[in-house]
Amino acid sequence: MTRPASNLKISGLQFRRGSRVVLDAIDLQLQSGAVTAVLGPNGAGKSTLLSCIAGLLRPERGSIELDGTSLHSLAAMQRARRIAFLPQTPEIAWAVDVQTLIGLGRIPFQGISSDEQDRAAVARAMAETEVAQWADRPVTTLSGGERARVLLARVLAGEADWILADEPFTGLDPSHQFEAADLLRSAADQGSGVVLTIHDLTLAARIADRVIIIDDGRMVADGAPQDALTPQILRNVYNIDAQWLDGSNGTPPTIAIHGRATRV
Amino acid sequence: MTSRRWAIPALLALVVVLAILSVAVGRVTLTWDMWKAQDAISRAILIELRLPRAILGVLVGASLGLAGAAMQGYLRNALAEPGTLGVSAMSALGAVLSIFFNIAGLHPWVLPICGVIGGMTGMAALFVLSGMAASVLTLVLSGIILSALAIAGISLALSLSPSPWAAGEIVRWMLGGLTDRSFDELTIAAPLIVIGCVAVLGCRRPLDALTLGETGARSLGIDLNRAQWQLAFGIGLIVGGSTAVTGVIGFVGLIVPHLMRSLVGSRPGALLVPSAIGGAALVLAGDIVVRLLPGGSELELGVVMSLIGAPFFFLLLHSMRRKLT
Repeated sequence: MTRPASNLKISGLQFRRGSRVVLDAIDLQLQSGAVTAVLGPNGAGKSTLLSCIAGLLRPERGSIELDGTSLHSLAAMQRARRIAFLPQTPEIAWAVDVQTLIGLGRIPFQGISSDEQDRAAVARAMAETEVAQWADRPVTTLSGGERARVLLARVLAGEADWILADEPFTGLDPSHQFEAADLLRSAADQGSGVVLTIHDLTLAARIADRVIIIDDGRMVADGAPQDALTPQILRNVYNIDAQWLDGSNGTPPTIAIHGRATRV
Repeated sequence: MTSRRWAIPALLALVVVLAILSVAVGRVTLTWDMWKAQDAISRAILIELRLPRAILGVLVGASLGLAGAAMQGYLRNALAEPGTLGVSAMSALGAVLSIFFNIAGLHPWVLPICGVIGGMTGMAALFVLSGMAASVLTLVLSGIILSALAIAGISLALSLSPSPWAAGEIVRWMLGGLTDRSFDELTIAAPLIVIGCVAVLGCRRPLDALTLGETGARSLGIDLNRAQWQLAFGIGLIVGGSTAVTGVIGFVGLIVPHLMRSLVGSRPGALLVPSAIGGAALVLAGDIVVRLLPGGSELELGVVMSLIGAPFFFLLLHSMRRKLT
């Protein structure tokens, strides 16, 4: 199942918290069907950028357009049907069962889609993330990795054109990280636009089609992983000595971090 | 889910049985034969005393159960309830002040409206004090502040009360009950409570979405600001309307949603209607117990609910202790 192409155009974006400029002069055109990874040091403004694109924060200056329509002119429900958002440190307040939790992803469609359609979307999301066997279990009884998969299923159930995920791999062991990355990858292959923030350089190099690096509220790199994650840029942004290693015989690339950069 | 389908019909059946008992049981037991005989005394007992009392019990119980479930869903905290968080006390303060300033006699609607204003003020103050991401600590502290403020105001009104009549009336607000209520009181409380319930039931979707936290709910397109004020309005009406005619009946909103979670699951929106039905059953049952207890004068329902509710609250807090620290 592929969905029609969609694009997000961000121009001249500025966001302030009090007098502090968190994001400035962000110009970005995103196409659906690809995975875009947003990287940068802690506090660089990655999460703020994602929240702005999700429509949760309103920038002071600049505009965000979804297929030519200003994001803030859309009704909240309308926007939620197009853009799904997975927050950093997602909260689950009640011990609802897995199926019910995933069904919450259908809230923006209430009154629009039929119960049948909602059930089908939830079933598809459960099949894709392979969580159907826990359908009736309370979410609170799942392990961290299992819960992450269920929360991802909740986002997928919205069948949105755009999936924004704020550090979706944090707290997951390497195997679960790859598992979650594969799920987001396949959502992009089916036509969704995936934008995620991430700290793991190697994982970013492997799953992203495009890497955007933000430092101190400004975009300092934008391009294919091997063009954005260069030793020079990584040294400037993170103050580390790192090296892009191409995998031999078609194995995926690795970014080796040798340590903090030695200043001469 | 399918195994829980019996829950609502079973609860409704329980309410019907309790309502019939509530009409029949008391100092005089009404039997079917007495009813068929159509004698004037049993008619009077039924129409003037028992029927309004039973209907009021259903109405107040249902709305308090609903209010408790909605507050817990919104604040994402199983300890939230109008009584324990001081909203009922604020509503009682509003009613008491209308007696104190001698404006309650101007019109039958003055006292309930003052109760509603008190309840809405309490809800608004609670939301302002505890904020959206309320921890148990800030929530309970906010409740303590509100209760202390309201009780201080009521005590002040008591000690400065202009007449013994006013003092007696004020004491009545502190002990909630369904005794000696007529259809007049019912016609005042019912519209307020019904409008309040409609407003609260309209928040099912935001309450469901809040399972995913504030950010999660907003990303699902929920206008939390609107939901917050709609709830403050609805719960203010419910608590104000019921407190105005029955006084403070606490703990219904605490006990019922907790019991309902094991019957129908934890989804906050799906918990509202069962909590309303369960609340009606609890208040009816409590009111029947009040009438059956031996003794010269009837115990007030509010006192009985607190006697049941406080230990329940204690056990709930005890079981949550590990999560709280």
